[in-house]
Amino acid sequence: MGSHSHGHHSDVTLRVNGKPRTLTVDHRRVLLDVLRDDLDLPGAKKGCDHGQCGACTVLVDGRRVNSCLLLAVCLDGCDITTVEGLAGDGEEPHPLQRAFLERDGFQCGYCTPGQICSALGAVAEAEAGHPSHVTDPALPSGRPVPLDRDEIRERLSGNLCRCGAYPRIVEAVEDVIR
Amino acid sequence: MKPFAYVRPGSVEEATDAYASRPGARYLGGGTNLVDLMKLGVERPAALIDVSRLPLDAVEELPDGSVRVGATVRNSDLAAHPLVRDRYPALSQALLAGASGQLRNAATTGGNLLQRTRCPYFQDLSKPCNKREPGSGCGALEGVHRDHAVLGHSDHCVATHPSDMAVALAALDARVELHGPEGTRSVPAAGFHRLPGDHPERDTEIEPGELITAVVLPARPAGLPSAYRKARDRASYAFALASVAAVVEVTDGVVAYAGLAFGGVAHRPWRARRAEEALLGAAPTVAAFEHAVDLELTAARPLRDNAYKVPLARGLALDVLARLTASARA
Ligand SMILES: Cc1cc2nc3c(=O)[nH]c(=O)nc-3n(C[C@H](O)[C@H](O)[C@H](O)COP(=O)(O)OP(=O)(O)OC[C@H]3O[C@@H](n4cnc5c(N)ncnc54)[C@H](O)[C@@H]3O)c2cc1C
Ligand code: SF4
Ligand code: FES
Ligand code: FES
Repeated sequence: MGSHSHGHHSDVTLRVNGKPRTLTVDHRRVLLDVLRDDLDLPGAKKGCDHGQCGACTVLVDGRRVNSCLLLAVCLDGCDITTVEGLAGDGEEPHPLQRAFLERDGFQCGYCTPGQICSALGAVAEAEAGHPSHVTDPALPSGRPVPLDRDEIRERLSGNLCRCGAYPRIVEAVEDVIR
Repeated sequence: MKPFAYVRPGSVEEATDAYASRPGARYLGGGTNLVDLMKLGVERPAALIDVSRLPLDAVEELPDGSVRVGATVRNSDLAAHPLVRDRYPALSQALLAGASGQLRNAATTGGNLLQRTRCPYFQDLSKPCNKREPGSGCGALEGVHRDHAVLGHSDHCVATHPSDMAVALAALDARVELHGPEGTRSVPAAGFHRLPGDHPERDTEIEPGELITAVVLPARPAGLPSAYRKARDRASYAFALASVAAVVEVTDGVVAYAGLAFGGVAHRPWRARRAEEALLGAAPTVAAFEHAVDLELTAARPLRDNAYKVPLARGLALDVLARLTASARA
């Protein structure tokens, strides 16, 4: 049965930004709260807590997801990457982080960690040939999908920005896929 | 949120057994709807049976040419699958018109079919709602119901079903495979969701404890022209105000096959059988499409504030039918 479960708690091991972390979680806890409150990783933000804003976006096994709707107990054995893990061990920020800085891709910055994780997921999806709502249905399946502005805007539509930094966010993403 | 037990079965049988032995249990797919409703207090399971890692994650062509989609296939993977894009484009398009990239990565085929209505009264414990609490009344009937049903509703409930995917499955004549204590059965996707009638608390024909194991798409080795179009309040990441899925085949200058379903207008995907009958054997002209779609939509009974949905659905259907038959009409 995977994780060890006793009543309303279970032991789970998550690989967070490359490091295994074993903890006992109340089944009610979502990944977002575990990251922020238990693992001291406040990068992922709580905007709506209901899947409606994308501020909590992280990568689970390389795929972008809303951490506010994922129960931590379900993720035993999974690889989690948060914005804190993008730069790796070095001092150098990830190229996408640098692009956000150079392009002024934020104002208050609250949505930014979610935007960056989401954009990384979106670029990988397009490379893997995943279409989007605006992809021409005639494009042969299985081929990487080129990301023009409409594609980037559609693929990042799950990330709201109250400051309206959208045009700069699109430019930052364009910088890293070129 | 109420505390709950958690189990992760390794097989379909273990899952249905776990359900049977735990009163108040719920199956958990991606959790994007169930966890949301648990946070709101609308759902209060005593146990979650996590079926998201069951070995039901394949999209495969069966010997008879049909395509079987496992219940745990994620919405994003289904939309991207070559078999789906090449043979059932309406399904891929419907999935991609729904939710966001993040949500589609988590959402499963089974969970998508069983997602609950987005009626705001349903989600608000302080409001009356017959679907959430039978007999308490329907807050939307005389309340805020701009997003609600225009077809097939009752005085007990005027909610719409929110799934885009389900609309495409209905138009495509897919079937839903269920595994329960009594064994397995398969029901047409177009008949899987119910109209509210006197029992709006029942969204679908599924019996307690039954597990969705797969969705099966009918054999179409050469594919058929199909498409999905959705109208919403913003360009992306919003539920349908109205939508349409259509499959049309024109042979020798007449419509040889038509499957048409509306979304966002009823308690279930609205399969437009009357329109389909009118289309069969007709030349694919704009006049024939108008006649057929109007025949279907005469059944519409808009509420005080949502009459706009009828011309909206009409326009979407006419547009999709025209596009799908453009080459035949050229
Ligand atoms: C902000 C937001 C926007 C959205 N926009 C759209 C949209 O535009 N269009 C759209 O179609 N959808 C939209 N959705 C809904 C989304 O598609 C659903 O939440 C998702 O498809 C549900 O799948 P899941 O696997 O996460 O289900 P879960 O939340 O895990 O489960 C949903 C229900 O299905 C049951 N269940 C799950 N799997 C099975 C199974 N195999 N057998 C039996 N029962 C099962 C559960 O018990 C539960 O009752 C949106 C959601 C959010 C949060
Ligand atoms: S429309 Fe249905 S779901 Fe909404 S309040 Fe009325 S009974 Fe409840
Ligand atoms: S906090 Fe998760 S989507 Fe808003
Ligand atoms: S920068 Fe303020 S919310 Fe996006």
